[in-house]
Amino acid sequence: MASYKTNEFKGGLKIMLDGDPYTIVENEFVKPGKGQAFNRVKTRNLKTGRVVERTFKSGESVEAADVHETELQYLYNDGELWHFMDPTSFEQLTADEAALGETAKWIKEQDMCSVTLYNGQPISVDPPSFVVLEITETDPGLKGDTSGGGGKPATLETGAVVNVPLFVQTGEMIKVDTRTGSYVSRAKDE
Amino acid sequence: MLQRLRAFFAERGVLEVETPILSHAGATDPSLGSLTTLWRGSDAPGGQLLYLHTSPELLMKRLLAAGSGPIYQVCKVFRDGERGRRHHPEFSLLEWYRPGWALEALIDEVAALVRRLLERPALGVEIIRFRDLFRERLAVDPWKADASALRAAAESAGLAGCDRLELDRDGWLDLLMSRCLEPELGRGCMTFIRDYPPTQAALARVNPGPPAVALRFELYLDGMELANGFDELTDVHEQSARFEADLEARRIAGLPQPPLDAVFLSALEAGLPSSSGVALGLDRLLMCALGADQIDEVLAFPVERA
Repeated sequence: MASYKTNEFKGGLKIMLDGDPYTIVENEFVKPGKGQAFNRVKTRNLKTGRVVERTFKSGESVEAADVHETELQYLYNDGELWHFMDPTSFEQLTADEAALGETAKWIKEQDMCSVTLYNGQPISVDPPSFVVLEITETDPGLKGDTSGGGGKPATLETGAVVNVPLFVQTGEMIKVDTRTGSYVSRAKDE
Repeated sequence: MLQRLRAFFAERGVLEVETPILSHAGATDPSLGSLTTLWRGSDAPGGQLLYLHTSPELLMKRLLAAGSGPIYQVCKVFRDGERGRRHHPEFSLLEWYRPGWALEALIDEVAALVRRLLERPALGVEIIRFRDLFRERLAVDPWKADASALRAAAESAGLAGCDRLELDRDGWLDLLMSRCLEPELGRGCMTFIRDYPPTQAALARVNPGPPAVALRFELYLDGMELANGFDELTDVHEQSARFEADLEARRIAGLPQPPLDAVFLSALEAGLPSSSGVALGLDRLLMCALGADQIDEVLAFPVERA
């Protein structure tokens, strides 16, 4: 099994701790004037997203996690699982609700997603930073209001609810920043 | 800073010296890694392994044994594997020796130098014994507590993520020092910690006590270790025993076994005058002068871009 020594630690390195895959968020080398050096490491559990701090003796080895990131195309949801396809090999993979998390409410068929694979299986799926989605329901706005001051909730075709300016109407396509969940603009073409 | 430093030692009659960076002998301390290089010469057509010094200590002591009198040196030293917010594999060290001086006099001189180099003439000094520091701030006696008591102290101090650490007593002391205590030291004044446990003597003389204490000090400023000083070990038998213990610890840890400096040992045998000596990290002192948080801020080219 591949392993990393503490001197290979850096942000983004994927390691195994207590049977779960983690990514290193931050690594700090700590050493007294004379004596034992340590690595103080912030790690994020790739399954749960929880950040925990660990201290390692410098020189220790830690098992490497078989984790890599890839771009997959979202195909469809069968009611329980989300199906993705590798656009070059056409290999299909499925991800469960735990892997999707919040992502489920942003993606629609054919979107390209950044997928983290652990032992070949998707454990987390990130949506594109920006998505264009149709508004399926929102209160009619006041005529003539183009200022965008204030806002109203709008339900999108994927089920997500975002706050939009008053002038945006049901049936329009809008661009949304999925990292913040906020409205960016009306989509020009579609 | 270097101009003020040289003026300081010139006024005090301390001779500037230069010793080689490359040596046939490497550092034996298991917590230090030496960088190495190959020298090709007529005696070594296939290349002779040479070690870049981790400190100029042994060669400066050879000068002391030869009767140099008080000496200082400013040089680059090299430590493999050390890289972090306050660590860089090569850094500038000021090291000096005072034959015939006790540790207290050297502490005074270190404080005077730091005041001069930082241009902070009113910067005060506090001196705390290692034992009192641990007793007062962590409620453990570093002479008596076993590894599990020290682990408990780390946990009650709120150190996260050390439940799986397997450390010996000195390892726990190192962790407590660098994570719990160091950040609070040297706040508003220079803090000297002195009288270390005999297991952390390094190259310091041990006062047999009881309790036995290593005649060693460290200087902290702004929550950062700046300097380490010894009442220097002059006993050749004790020195050989410590080298052998270092090599044994390295063997157990699977670390390289560098050759010992035999000439240094014979210099000790011939007689090293009783001396106090200290090494001070100049990059870190510059960090203090500038209020820098990272060593990279005081380096023109950190190793990744060198």
